[in-house]
Amino acid sequence: MNRPTLAWKLYVGAFYAFLFAPLLIVAIFAFNASQFPSPPWQGFTLEWFIGTGVVFGKPGVLVDPIWLDSIANSFKVAIPVALLAVIIGTVNAWVLERAEFRGKTVLAMMMILPLVIPGVVLGISILAFFSRLANGLEDWLQTDLDFLRPGLPLVVLGQLSFILTIATLIIAARLRKFDRSLEEAAFDLGASRARVLRTITLPFLSPALVGAGLVALLMSFENFNTTLMLVGSEAPLPIAMYGQMREGASPAINAVSLMLMLAMGGTASLFALTSKQR
Amino acid sequence: MKKPARNLTLFLLLAPAFLWLGLLIVLPHVEILILSLSERVAPRVYAFGFGNYLEFFTEPLYWRTFARTAGISILVTVLTLVLAFPIALYIARVAQGRLKAILLLLCLLPFWVSELVRTLGWMMILRETGVISYVLLATGLTEQRVEFLYNDGAVILGLVYGGLLFMIVPLANALESLEPAVVEAGYDLGGSRWTVLRRIVIPHAMPGIVAGSIIVFMLTVGNFATPVLLGGKNGLWFTEQIYAQFITRFNWPQGAAFGMLLLLLSSATVWLGLRLTGQNLGTTLRQA
Amino acid sequence: MAHSTDLDIVNVTKRFGAYAAVNDVTFSVAPGEFFSILGPSGCGKTTLMRMIAGFEDPTSGDIRIRGQSMLGVPANRRPVNMVFQSLALFPMMSVGENVAYGLTCRGVSRAEAEERANRMLERVGLKGFGDRRVTALSGGQRQRVAIARCLVLEPTLVLLDEPLGALDLKLREHMKIELKQLQATFNTTFAYITHDQSEALVMSDRIAVMNQGRFEQVGSPRELYHSPATPFVASFVGETNRWQGEAAPASNGAISVRLPSGAVIQGQGGARQSALAFVRPEAIALAQDQISLGNLPNRFEGRVSAVLFDGANSSLLIEAPGFDAPVRAVLPQAGPLAGIRVGAPVHVGWTADAMKVFAA
Repeated sequence: MNRPTLAWKLYVGAFYAFLFAPLLIVAIFAFNASQFPSPPWQGFTLEWFIGTGVVFGKPGVLVDPIWLDSIANSFKVAIPVALLAVIIGTVNAWVLERAEFRGKTVLAMMMILPLVIPGVVLGISILAFFSRLANGLEDWLQTDLDFLRPGLPLVVLGQLSFILTIATLIIAARLRKFDRSLEEAAFDLGASRARVLRTITLPFLSPALVGAGLVALLMSFENFNTTLMLVGSEAPLPIAMYGQMREGASPAINAVSLMLMLAMGGTASLFALTSKQR
Repeated sequence: MKKPARNLTLFLLLAPAFLWLGLLIVLPHVEILILSLSERVAPRVYAFGFGNYLEFFTEPLYWRTFARTAGISILVTVLTLVLAFPIALYIARVAQGRLKAILLLLCLLPFWVSELVRTLGWMMILRETGVISYVLLATGLTEQRVEFLYNDGAVILGLVYGGLLFMIVPLANALESLEPAVVEAGYDLGGSRWTVLRRIVIPHAMPGIVAGSIIVFMLTVGNFATPVLLGGKNGLWFTEQIYAQFITRFNWPQGAAFGMLLLLLSSATVWLGLRLTGQNLGTTLRQA
Repeated sequence: MAHSTDLDIVNVTKRFGAYAAVNDVTFSVAPGEFFSILGPSGCGKTTLMRMIAGFEDPTSGDIRIRGQSMLGVPANRRPVNMVFQSLALFPMMSVGENVAYGLTCRGVSRAEAEERANRMLERVGLKGFGDRRVTALSGGQRQRVAIARCLVLEPTLVLLDEPLGALDLKLREHMKIELKQLQATFNTTFAYITHDQSEALVMSDRIAVMNQGRFEQVGSPRELYHSPATPFVASFVGETNRWQGEAAPASNGAISVRLPSGAVIQGQGGARQSALAFVRPEAIALAQDQISLGNLPNRFEGRVSAVLFDGANSSLLIEAPGFDAPVRAVLPQAGPLAGIRVGAPVHVGWTADAMKVFAA
């Protein structure tokens, strides 16, 4: 089995070509000096990144307020999601690895469950539940509670519902590897409980905290299914892209995709680096 | 620590988990269950009933879309498994050292990119004004532009592509743990390449096969963007029905019933897969 | 004012449910003493140590350090520091930061803590290692960092929880000596727990042998070895021959033990009916003929059944009629019996003093 046949090698080669073909096409046509994201090749241009719209009638991504707003919206969602996921994920990891109580296995099971619920279902259930909550509370408080209506805050909650599972699992895996005697040693040397946490436990966990934060950031940026159900008038990047793709877009969408690819690739490599430091 | 203090600490530690699971998972699902069981009897008046589910069974478009979604998802899962297996085997058992790491990384990379970007790539390749059509015309193989987009083939292609990583990683992990000596013993005892694969390698990879298949099926059934964008009007995916009821028609009870049905399909498959192979959800998901 | 003892354990008991891990233990450790607690795994020694360090609370009894009760004092406020079995060096800090950790916890300024840590590292032979990562150290160096990290705090008592367990044999032998020398130079009180009798015998001023939550005997290494107080101590500390039989009084204060085969051996001790007899291998005299064993009360004839060569620890197994297990003796490596081979006839004998008899 260690001597692969030629056919097998060719298959592996073809497979990787297949894997990268769509991404390469997207990247190449970001630089095509054409009004449409399709062949033939009309020459190289950066117009779709920085153009003012004089040449093709539509501005480049970096000057187009529509794209810039959607990128900003994505950040408005991703940053709170990542922060909350790391903080709550750490507490959850603590519960899973350190606390002793009845029903722990049930709770651990529940924490994994969000991963097997389709994203669309998560989206509609949260939409429906929070609408009911908003209706009830608004009647009772006699004020508008817009943050419970479709919009970015609800998108944050929707994405958190399953990203928290992943953050919890990443951090819990690291906490499981922690040698408890390090904490005892620090305590024995005179450190207070808070100091032990600050100087020993959190530094040990930090690669996992950074890693979980980056993964949460990535997943939030990319999430489409759940976000689609909860989004209001402000569209994050994937929703904006979806809209453009249905209409038949300009190469600006290639430009934005290429930027997204580079950003994602960078973040993913950062994650790979942090998770390698064991 | 004294007992009341310990209980307080435990309470504080558990609070975020309970808020998360309660407010974002359990109560919302109770809500759509209740919603799915309420029928509209008059404008703005609802009563308990199974009408939304009956509607699903009596309206052919709905149950056909559901069956089609399930059927294509199974096909996609099988195709993904067949396509991914030789690659996983190559990564796990042939490639060594750097090459192995690079091959695995190359597999991972495209999947860190947004699903929409990947779908955009396929749209640009397949559509009438796209790359394949252009090449065929330019080389004179066809007389005119050919549309490859907006058919089942395109949908299946896009879904298989999206599922590959989630199949390769668990498969490669499972195959990795197979002792080379076991394979060698298989040959030594007179097994052919095919017998060894069938009797030794595949049974050993079974946990990975199950894990990968469950995940790919789940993701495929729940997918939205790929079938809608690559299938166009012919996409007919069940998630799209849910979206239509909720967002376009604003018929939430009907949409909620569809959501429950999708959840049922997805969980039943997961459960069945785990049951058939006697595995545990946690370990299966961790493999992926 | 100096107190006459550094550590007093008074009737300490620790129960986990119905099970008593430590059962009514009392002892004192004098200043500057190297005190070991020796026992098999699960005997309660780790629990006892963790109570002294402050990680567990005793169910009853008192723990006093220089006369001050430590009950209710958390581990981070006790003048006791511990060297952990895993050493528990902080991997996220340098060697210097590890040693300075306790000082900074006490509020010593960063510069002074660093200065004192460096001086301490110099004293344990690790000068200039301050900036190294702890993962870049050898096993012996890590050991010294773990001890330096405690000693820099000038504790009343250093607790050591089998710190040599993870080292390979050669380094362990070396560290035994080094540890003893360190303790002597710093003149700090050490309480050392181990299941390895050789570690305890080599390093300790006094040893407590612990079994099933209780102390069997406390004494100097020589006392434990030569005058074990209980059958457990006799068999746990050092190599020994062990026989079971029926006790009967004998002349001039000795006691005789009749083995199941009918053979009778004589020793010292007290037992009424069922008795256990112990003889050290090195107390067994060997000779080519009966006459050389002269007037020894226990004399038997046998045949060499095995030669177990292990350098200075070599021994002979001798099959003798009347004994259901072979008699173990030290392999003579000089004199007429040097080079003795399997199958050779040999005479064995021992004095009544050399054989300890206990009630079974």
